[in-house]
Amino acid sequence: MTRSIVYSVFLALIVAVVLVFLVAFPFGQNKMGVGQYYLDNTVKQTGAENVVTAITLEYRGFDTLGEVTVLFAAATGVSLLLYLTDEEKKRRRNPRVQPNFVVRVGSRIIFPFVVLFGLYIIVHGHLTPGGGFQGGAIIASGVLMLYLANPDMHVSRNNLLITEGLAGLTYVLLGTAGLFTAGRSFLANFLPLGTPGLVLSAGILLPLYIAVGVKVGSEFSGIIDDLFSQAGETGGEA
Amino acid sequence: MIFYAAALVLIAIGLYAIIIKKNLVKIIIGLDLIETGVNLLIVSIGYVNHGTAPIFSKGVSASMMVDAVPQALTLTSIVIGASELALAAAFVVLLYRHYGTLDIRKMRNLRW
Repeated sequence: MTRSIVYSVFLALIVAVVLVFLVAFPFGQNKMGVGQYYLDNTVKQTGAENVVTAITLEYRGFDTLGEVTVLFAAATGVSLLLYLTDEEKKRRRNPRVQPNFVVRVGSRIIFPFVVLFGLYIIVHGHLTPGGGFQGGAIIASGVLMLYLANPDMHVSRNNLLITEGLAGLTYVLLGTAGLFTAGRSFLANFLPLGTPGLVLSAGILLPLYIAVGVKVGSEFSGIIDDLFSQAGETGGEA
Repeated sequence: MIFYAAALVLIAIGLYAIIIKKNLVKIIIGLDLIETGVNLLIVSIGYVNHGTAPIFSKGVSASMMVDAVPQALTLTSIVIGASELALAAAFVVLLYRHYGTLDIRKMRNLRW
């Protein structure tokens, strides 16, 4: 009885909100404000062909720094909540099911290609769909595959921390360097823009996205390591 | 229009899972569904009829593109959503370790 009431309320809500949206934001109509300016000026001002990348890193680069910080805070939070020393992790990993030979060896063969694909996505962020966040997530998915296929898999957290810190530092330093150049603003594009369409173009967008990619990849790998280190444990006690 | 409807259906299913379901993992899945629905909604608001992706290549000019700002903001939202899910999963691991169950009805005592 209550279920059907809940269902009907939900249905009514969906219909009402769809109607409101159709009136307020007609679908498919050109509603661009600042978006039109970005579309018209991106290639001229940033040298990037992918307008989304130009907005994320150039026009809203500071915003992205905050986003990376949120990701860092979340990764740190996961580490804090699920903290185990490296010794405990080694002791705890207790594989009840050993993956078969094909999975173990196959994952090791595929892993370099996954990382290569991730790097490709990162490096071409200003030319094609993709970029640091997506490529970093792909690299982390490769690490996840290794964890799934090898129960003894273990990534050194110190190395991850150093990579992550260096990548974050690169982002901030590149941004600060903009303060001392012609643009005189944080994250100003001080490198030559080059020919749009080439990999080495769009000024600081490429190094920024590489930094973001490395940072995202190592942070997600850390999260994966934290979550996997909880395996081989029985629930019920604190 | 179908995108608006799909996005809102996703949000509604997620909301339903959060309100009705008793299993913490299912509640997290509900959170993820809401996030997906919101992302789809933001991107579809920026759609322009017969528009292409906002990436310049041969034969594509600025007048043919959809709005790029919602897509850039959705990129942000996806990353934040992923980190939020990871944090939620960590909390679930801790709760399971403490209570030995994922059923929220059995998590009665507020003090650990």
